[in-house]
Amino acid sequence: MVLKHLRIAIVSLILFTVITGMIYPLAVTGIAQLIFPGKANGSLIKQNGKVVGSSLIGQSFSNPEYFWGRLSATAPYAYNAAASSGSNYGPLNPALFDAVKQRIQALKKADPQNAKSIPVDLVTASASGLDPHISIAAALYQLPRVARLRGLKEEQVRTLIDQCTDGRQLSFLGEPGVNVLKLNLALDELKPLALSSPFPTSPEK
Amino acid sequence: MTANGIFQIVFYFAVLILLVKPLGTFMAHVFQREKTFLDPVLGPVERFIYRLARINPNEEYNWKENALAMLLFNFAGLLVVYALQRLQQFLPFNPQRMSAVSSDSAFNTAVSFASNTNWQGYGGETTMSYFTQMTGLTVQNFVSAATGLALLALIIRGFARHSMETLGNFWVDLTRSTLYILLPLSFVLALVLVSQGVVQTLSPYISVPLLEQMEHGAQGDTTDAKITEQRIAVGPAASQVAIKQLGTNGGGFFNVNSAHPFENPTPLSDFLEMLSILLIAAALCYTYGYMVKDTRQGWTILAVMMIIFVALLAISAWSEQAGNPAFTKMGIDQTASSFQPGGNMEGKEVRFGIPNSVLWETATTAASNGSVNSMHDSYTPLGGLVALVMMHLGEVIFGGVGSGLYGMLVFVVVAVFVAGLLVGRTPEYLGHKIETYEMKMASLLILIMPITVLVLTAIAVMTDAGRSTIFNPGVHGFSEVLYLFSSQGNNNGSAFAGIGANTPFYNITGGIAMIIGRYWLAVPTLALAGSLAQKKFVPPSEGTLPTHTPLFIFWLIAVVVIVGALNFLPALALGPIVEHLMMH
Repeated sequence: MVLKHLRIAIVSLILFTVITGMIYPLAVTGIAQLIFPGKANGSLIKQNGKVVGSSLIGQSFSNPEYFWGRLSATAPYAYNAAASSGSNYGPLNPALFDAVKQRIQALKKADPQNAKSIPVDLVTASASGLDPHISIAAALYQLPRVARLRGLKEEQVRTLIDQCTDGRQLSFLGEPGVNVLKLNLALDELKPLALSSPFPTSPEK
Repeated sequence: MTANGIFQIVFYFAVLILLVKPLGTFMAHVFQREKTFLDPVLGPVERFIYRLARINPNEEYNWKENALAMLLFNFAGLLVVYALQRLQQFLPFNPQRMSAVSSDSAFNTAVSFASNTNWQGYGGETTMSYFTQMTGLTVQNFVSAATGLALLALIIRGFARHSMETLGNFWVDLTRSTLYILLPLSFVLALVLVSQGVVQTLSPYISVPLLEQMEHGAQGDTTDAKITEQRIAVGPAASQVAIKQLGTNGGGFFNVNSAHPFENPTPLSDFLEMLSILLIAAALCYTYGYMVKDTRQGWTILAVMMIIFVALLAISAWSEQAGNPAFTKMGIDQTASSFQPGGNMEGKEVRFGIPNSVLWETATTAASNGSVNSMHDSYTPLGGLVALVMMHLGEVIFGGVGSGLYGMLVFVVVAVFVAGLLVGRTPEYLGHKIETYEMKMASLLILIMPITVLVLTAIAVMTDAGRSTIFNPGVHGFSEVLYLFSSQGNNNGSAFAGIGANTPFYNITGGIAMIIGRYWLAVPTLALAGSLAQKKFVPPSEGTLPTHTPLFIFWLIAVVVIVGALNFLPALALGPIVEHLMMH
C-alpha cells in the first residue's frame, strides 16, 4: 500500500511540476509579453528613446528643487529596488521617532517659511521602501518650496502635480497619489535643474 | 475613516458574498465529479494524469489510507523544494546567479511551502532563482492549496456519509482541485494582474539611471561611491502572485510581498488580490452546505466567520486611522481627507492608504494567507493585536483553503457537544452521534496549536539564540516572537518582519511549528471524519439542537472566541495590550 501510493506521489508530483511550474508560468509569460509587453517588463518610462526609470518604482530625492518621496528603509541605500524592505519599526521604537524627526528637520531646513503641518506620509517610511507615490497633501506641502527654488509660478507646478496624480481607480478604489519620479521628470522638462545647486544632496546627513 | 474608505470595505464584502454561491456550487461539482463547463479542456488532462500516475479514479480509501497518500505526497514535495534550493546554482533560469540557499533556511522554506504556510525567512529577489520560484515555490503554492481542498473534500464526505468506511480518493480530489479550481482562476487573475503592472518576465534585473545621484545611503552606510543607477528586480511574478493569493499561500515573489509595486501596483490589483484571499475559503462554506445537502449549514458557518471578521476589522481600522499619538505631538497631520490617507502610515503604501491596508491585514491573518500589503510590525498595538488574535483563533475565520473550514467544523463539533452537555442530551450533528472518540480528536486539535505556539515562544524568549535577533526594543520585541510562532504554528506566514528569522534557531523551531500546525492537525481531523462516516444515521428528534439558527451562530462564535481567549489572553497581555497602555 505504501509503495503504491509512493509511486503515485512521485509521478503526480512530476506531472504537477510540469503543469503548474512550467507550462502555467511560461504560458502566462508568453501571453503577457504579447499583450502587455510594457507592463510585464516593469512599466519603464522612456524619454527620447532612453529609459529613465520605472513609473512604479520610486527613486530617492533630497535636492530641495525636487519633490521628495516617502522615506525608504531599504539597505544599503534608500530606494534599492533589488532589495525591497520596510522599516519594521514598532510604533514606540525610539528609532522610528528619530527617523521622523530627521525628516521634519530636513523639510524645515529646506523651506523655513513653511508653517503648515506636515502630512504623515511625508515623514514615514513606506512598506516596500519603493513607494512611487506621495499623497496630494504631501505634494502641496512641498509646492511653494519647489516653485520658489525653480523660479516657477505655483500654478505651473500645481498643473504638473495634477498631471502626475494617479486618482482613485473606478473613482473609489484606493487613495490618490502623486507619482514623484514622473513629477520631477516633468519639472526638469519644464525647467532644467540649475547645475550649481547649493544644497547638499542628502539632508539625512 | 472617510466615507469613501468605508464604502470600499462594504463594496469588498458585497462582491465577496455575491461570488460565494456560484463558486461554491462549482467547487461542489468538482468534488462530486459532476460535469463542469471546463470538462472539454481539462477532462483529457485529468485522464492523462490518472493514466500516467496509475490512479484509479473509481477507487475509494478509508481515512488512514488517504492520510498516508497525503503525507507521502507532501513529503515528496518538501524534498523537491529543498533540493531545488540547495542545487539552484547548477540549474537553468538563474540570470542573477543566485547561490545555494543555506540548509536550515532551505529546510524552513521547504516545510513552509509544502505546509501551505509560506512563511519566508528569505528575501525573494535576493535569494531565489527564477527556476526555484517557478518549479519549486509556484508548484507548492498549487499543490499545498490543493492538498487543503482535497482534505476538506474527504472530511466533508465524512460529515455527509453514514455507515460507510471510505471518504473518497485523495488523488482524485487533489488532481481535480488543482486543475478545475486553482489553475483556471490563477491563469485569469495572473493576466489581469499583468495588465495592472505586475511583472512577468524571465529577463534579468533592469538597470535605470537615477534622476538624482546619491552620495551615500540614507541609512548611514559606509560606502563612499556615488550611486548613479537603480537596479530593479523583476521576474515571473504575476503567475506566482495569483496562486499565492488564491491558494491562501501568501509567499511573495519579492521580499515585501504585495506591498511591492511590482506585485501589487494599483488599487484594482489590490482589490483583486484581497478578494482572492477570502474568495475560495468563503465559497467553500457553500460547497459544504451543498455537499451535506443542507445549504443552511454552510451559510451558518459563513455568518460566524463574517461576524468575527467584521468585529476585528473595525478595531484595526479604527486604531490605524487614529494614528500614532507621538506623531501628533510632533505637529504631523494624520487626519484623513481627500488629499491624504492620514493615520499610521509607517509601513504602508500611499496607493492603499488605511482602509485597504487594514482590510488586507485582517483578511490575510483570518485566512492563513500571510501575504501582506503593509508591514504589520509597524502597526499600532491594537492593529497588530487584531492580526495576532486572528491567528490565535486557530485560523478558522475563513482560514486556509480547505484547512480553515475543516478547522471550523471541529469547533462546530465542540459547540454541539458542549451544548448537549448543558441540556443533558446526547449531542448529534447532521445525524451523527458525537461520542468519546470524536471529542478526543477535537480536544487534541484544539490543544495542539496553542501548546506548540506558547511553548516555542517561551523557549525563544528564554534563550540567547531566540532573543539575539529580536529587532524592536521592549514589549514589541516579545510581540515579534509571539507573532512568529503564532504565524508558523497556524500556517499563516505573515510576520512582524523586523525579527531576524533567518537563523538556524528560528528556521528549525519554526519548521517544527509548521509541520505540527499542518499535519498534526490534518490527520486527527481525517480520523474524526472517518469515524463520523462509519456511524449510523440518527434521525433528528425534538431534542436535537438545530445548527442553522441565529442562536447557534451566536453559540459557535462564543465557543471559538472563548477557546481562543483562554489560550492566548495572558500572552497578548504581555505584548500588544501592554504596548497599547504605554502608548496612551
